[in-house]
Amino acid sequence: MYAYDEIDRTLINERVSEFRDQVKRRLSGELSEDEFKMIRLMNGVYLQLHAYMFRVAIPYGTLSSAQLRKLAHVARKYDRGYGHFTTRQNIQFNWIKLADLPDALADLAEVGIHAMQTSGNCTRNITADQWAGVAPGEVEDPRIWAELLRQYSTLHPEFSFLPRKFKFAITASAHDRAAIKVHDIGLRLHRNDKGETGFEVLVGGGLGRTPFIGKTIREFVPGRDLLSYVEAILRVYNQYGRRDNIYKARIKILVHELGIEKFAEEVETEWLQIRDSTLALDAAVVEDIRSRFSYPAYEKLAPMPDELKQAAADPQFEAWRTNSVAPHKVQGYAIVTLSLKPIGGAPGDATAAQMDAVADLADKYSFGEIRVGHEQNLAFPHVAKRDLPALWRALDKIGVATPNVNLVTDIIACPGLDYCSLANARSIPIAQELTRRFANHDTANLIGRLHVNISGCINACGHHHVGNIGILGVEKNGEEVYQITIGGRADENAELGKLIGPAVPYAEVADVVEDIVEAYLALRERPDELFIDAVKRLGVEPFRERVYATR
Amino acid sequence: MTSPLQQKIKITGPSVVTANRTWDGVVIWRTNAKDWSTDLADAAIVRTADAARALLGESVADDLGAVGAYIAPVEVDESGAIKPGNLREQIRVDGVTIELPAHA
Ligand code: SF4
Repeated sequence: MYAYDEIDRTLINERVSEFRDQVKRRLSGELSEDEFKMIRLMNGVYLQLHAYMFRVAIPYGTLSSAQLRKLAHVARKYDRGYGHFTTRQNIQFNWIKLADLPDALADLAEVGIHAMQTSGNCTRNITADQWAGVAPGEVEDPRIWAELLRQYSTLHPEFSFLPRKFKFAITASAHDRAAIKVHDIGLRLHRNDKGETGFEVLVGGGLGRTPFIGKTIREFVPGRDLLSYVEAILRVYNQYGRRDNIYKARIKILVHELGIEKFAEEVETEWLQIRDSTLALDAAVVEDIRSRFSYPAYEKLAPMPDELKQAAADPQFEAWRTNSVAPHKVQGYAIVTLSLKPIGGAPGDATAAQMDAVADLADKYSFGEIRVGHEQNLAFPHVAKRDLPALWRALDKIGVATPNVNLVTDIIACPGLDYCSLANARSIPIAQELTRRFANHDTANLIGRLHVNISGCINACGHHHVGNIGILGVEKNGEEVYQITIGGRADENAELGKLIGPAVPYAEVADVVEDIVEAYLALRERPDELFIDAVKRLGVEPFRERVYATR
Repeated sequence: MTSPLQQKIKITGPSVVTANRTWDGVVIWRTNAKDWSTDLADAAIVRTADAARALLGESVADDLGAVGAYIAPVEVDESGAIKPGNLREQIRVDGVTIELPAHA
């Protein structure tokens, strides 16, 4: 966990009182909507189909149990008893009243939570690998650097009005769980040949209307130079980014139009001028941030406790353990993913009661810490393996132990037309139907790892381009139809999916996905050839044939 | 920001003006009484671009009462009953098409 210092606490509290005053003036008519809109957006307040929507940041996906309880409280007191975890380590409340928002923000501020960097053309919430600090083989905890970037970018005067929003993601593991290649800037902490740690910097990734995989702009930037290098990128973007056309304003378009070499040259020129400025990071500053992260006092535990050996006889426990429990860097501990993808549920939604119960279980079994991943699931980062059977039973009781992590029913989906004012089509009911089709765990297990992503419009909040199966809702003559892509992936080998053919109507989407999966099962070389590998080997054609032969 | 009034107004059938209520965000429709209602049945119906522009104009002018006003299509049957004209508007009238998690 990271403990905010006085500066952050003051900043958050000042924001609350400012916003309270601004809302008061809006409701008295002193401020018009034109004047107020920017202010509310800077505090995470959007207007959606049915109501205001309040987006709260969970920087680098780390929450304390006290913070999660406060989110539950906001859901219960000011909303309709639930929240929606997004693909960017935020939580959204869908029904909040403008008049209640200052109180909600004030309640969240008590535990150091805020809504800064959740909207507007600024640097958005810095996201990270949700297993940061506990994943085996990690170079170091990337959240130290994420926190540095958070402090640097929060309300940064020069970068609060960029041509468009700007997203960072960071990982320090070889396997990328943070989708760094589809962010404006992706950072991969690694060691160079000399054994020094630094960052591979990727730039210009992003989804939406014009998707791109990020390109490496520099293989190695030492930690000392991280801020100056990032600032050089932001300056070049701020200067040349297209402000005249919202569809061309993201940095990915600039990188694409200039070419990565030319863009890199511009950045290099800028960087040389500021590299040794005050942006150069003092080791003491990094150490100070490092010291504000606390880690549990792990016990010395056996790698295979008796409790786990005994529980292994229960096939239901084993099914859950296989998919939800991952190795930890400390012997005797494990990382546990809590599935927010129950069969028939809305991906990423959690009720206030669930959040409270998860917070209690985190206190009991995970040193009071919870993580939020971009896959819209939660995780307990420090679970003693001997506690796994008891934890499983407790998680199952509150509906977050569906044994489907990374399987076909672990679907990423945006809110879509049920909530979102930008949507063309619904996402959630498509996800729900798919989970019902593949509800049988043995079937889902037989299929193996398969990521399905659904977006309700081209803005791609459901990351459909990088789904192994991607589903994009579009509107045609007043009807919802869906384009299906296959072969996308969001990890270190990120790729954009390819369209398999013409869009299909709402009622046929689940059938089409079933056809694709059946084709895969028939065509895979071995039971352990993953869907994504089979698509890579075979191309789109056999799947297209299967889907459209009878349509 | 571009005012909705600066955009070209084209309607293809009976239409209403809808928005969200400023203080709580609830979905509302402009009525003939130059007020707002939370019931679509009370909405003022317009059938020409000029009438739509006028209705939108007075709606937008009520900046304190409503936010994000726009023209939305509806269907009106022989009895005069008003139904939303597309899925988006239907969802705004009926609510989400899924069961809310708290009730699940
Ligand atoms: S992808 Fe489109 S529909 Fe889905 S949440 Fe984003 S903007 Fe809304």
